[in-house]
Amino acid sequence: MEFDWSVVSNNIPALLEGARLTVFITVVGLAGGMAVGLLFGLMRAYGNSLVNGIAFIYVELVRGTPIVVQVMFIYFALPVVMGIRVDALTAAITAVIVNSGAYIAEIVRGSFLSVPKGLREAGLALGMPVWRVLAFVVGPVAFRRMTPPLGNQFIVSLKDTSLFIVIGVGELTRQGQEIMAATFRAVEIWSAVAIIYLILIGTMTAILRIIEKRMRIL
Amino acid sequence: MSMIEFKSVSKSFGANVVLDKVDLSIDQGEVVVLIGPSGSGKSTLLRCINALEEINGGDLMVDGISVRAGKAKVREIRLEAGMVFQQFNLFPQLTAIENVAFGPRQVRGMSKTEAVKLAAELLAKVGLAERMNNFPNELSGGQQQRVAIARALAVKPKVMLFDEPTSALDPELRQEVLRVMQALAEEGMTMVVVTHEIGFARQVGTRLIFMENGHIAVDGPPRELIDNPPNQRLKEFLQHVE
Repeated sequence: MEFDWSVVSNNIPALLEGARLTVFITVVGLAGGMAVGLLFGLMRAYGNSLVNGIAFIYVELVRGTPIVVQVMFIYFALPVVMGIRVDALTAAITAVIVNSGAYIAEIVRGSFLSVPKGLREAGLALGMPVWRVLAFVVGPVAFRRMTPPLGNQFIVSLKDTSLFIVIGVGELTRQGQEIMAATFRAVEIWSAVAIIYLILIGTMTAILRIIEKRMRIL
Repeated sequence: MSMIEFKSVSKSFGANVVLDKVDLSIDQGEVVVLIGPSGSGKSTLLRCINALEEINGGDLMVDGISVRAGKAKVREIRLEAGMVFQQFNLFPQLTAIENVAFGPRQVRGMSKTEAVKLAAELLAKVGLAERMNNFPNELSGGQQQRVAIARALAVKPKVMLFDEPTSALDPELRQEVLRVMQALAEEGMTMVVVTHEIGFARQVGTRLIFMENGHIAVDGPPRELIDNPPNQRLKEFLQHVE
């Protein structure tokens, strides 16, 4: 069998464009997912039964359905039910926000609740209001404990963007598919795509390592 | 006016009655030592004072403020009543001096320079000037507890509450904590101390309270009560702890 690697070098610009979009969807999606996850995680951890219940339903709906179904719903079903029409890129980013938000909510809840109760009491005993105790006493410890599971979620979300091929967003996997359709060089193209994913995730892992090293996990 | 006033205070956890209509008045400058078997309600009584436990019946006034007067008032009480915990509960992400400077910055609106200066003074007072920049996990239990005392003092409370401050410490580390507490008592600080340290009660305490089943069973001058227990249960209890 012969390999023709020129098909990869000829298509580098398209692949890099796909990688750029993958990174963009991941970064914007995870930034939103962090905000959503923090909110819903705190609702789960400290909310009254109503607030907790709302957050619980959100988390279960998202965790109980595949991300492909979620993005299809956002892209194809929302226009029908609610008349909201969004472009494919917006649908993809929204899907990452909604999906990672639910998983991050559970990470946030777990880490806040894992902080020893005594720290919260020590903060309260100083006369601090509850929100300050959460923000300045429990929060800093919880955030350190969050980094390993968050890193995991970031990697999963980055790879999940490959599923947005189903709505035609021109991310990395989609670019690979299109080059494939034109050249039929499966081994070369999919090797190149896999290597680019490895580089992206390797970079992400390296950054997370540095952050973890700079913070003492408590 | 008394500093702390329990008026028929009750507290239960579910069906379990931990404090049963307790009346107690503590004046400024008193060093009250609370002893009693485990489950007798002494820690709960202490934690009701700064509203870490919510009372179910009666009323409790600290420096004229009721613990039932709402969140804002409860925070005022907590500013007046510093607390030292059995497990120290230092903030692990902060150094010793940051732990002590934290309270005044958060709740007294003190500037960073001022708070750090105060924290350095307090750490010197508890004998830890050398260890200011260490994190809690780099300190011994006794040192951590002394930082915790300094942290509580930094908010300038009128009363100090101690919840078994030496129970988590090895015997040889207890004295360094007890000495700091004694110095504090000698300065006239009002103190309520839950402890098993009978020596401390005798030497430093101005009043000894023996609790049993959610009641105050015996209340009087420590030396007398320890030397001649008026109550068989207290006598047995003292034999057990000494």
